[in-house]
Amino acid sequence: MDPAELLAALAIGVAAGLAGGLIGVGGGVLFVPGLVLFLGLGQLDAQATSLLAVVLVGVVGAWRQGRYGNLRLRDGAIIGVLSPLGVLAGTVAANLASERLLQLSFAVVQLVFALQLARRAMRAPSEADSP
Amino acid sequence: MSSRLVRLAVIATVAGAFSGLFGVGGGTIIVPLLILWLGYAEREATGTSLAAIVGIAAIGAAAHGAYGNVHPGKALLIALPAVAGVVAGTALQQRIPERAVSGAFAVVLVVSAVGLVL
Repeated sequence: MDPAELLAALAIGVAAGLAGGLIGVGGGVLFVPGLVLFLGLGQLDAQATSLLAVVLVGVVGAWRQGRYGNLRLRDGAIIGVLSPLGVLAGTVAANLASERLLQLSFAVVQLVFALQLARRAMRAPSEADSP
Repeated sequence: MSSRLVRLAVIATVAGAFSGLFGVGGGTIIVPLLILWLGYAEREATGTSLAAIVGIAAIGAAAHGAYGNVHPGKALLIALPAVAGVVAGTALQQRIPERAVSGAFAVVLVVSAVGLVL
């Protein structure tokens, strides 16, 4: 493995973890392109591998937020436990669709999320900063 | 079944489908819905989202693993620095106005989307 690519993968990992801690996501939006561009995985394998990394980020992140008093474990557990049907439907679709279609779909989803986050960023400070 | 439980179930299903399709944990679905639909404060929403993600991503990884698509070594390679990042990120979040970070992350998402299309 190319040392430069390895460094890039490490940097993407740190950035994904930082972003995950800051906005409460697992980091998959950065893991997937990182695994494709720097660790040589195809889109589907990158998405599958990313999920395993997301598990670790979620465990550590939730533990830290619990220590800060920002965790409603019961609601989080309910969402986690009730998600299998959605997960399995999505996983089967991922194995039926072409990788290019998945890439384009993923890009569209990222742009939608970007708009959403930009809107949050432009809210009045008093509203955004209230605990 | 209470309406609150129904809402949590809807969030779970939508986030689960997104996770399976796009290889992400579903946090970008969970956090806004917890805030807008269940009246969560932002920090609570992000903390609870991380917990929910554990279950969703574990199920997704197991399902993908059955298809032989998971590379555990490469997952660890990218997850270990991410664990250090999430410890720092959650600590920062307690001190920094979240909207500034949301704006920066919106830019990261746009860049990543462009990279995928090209």
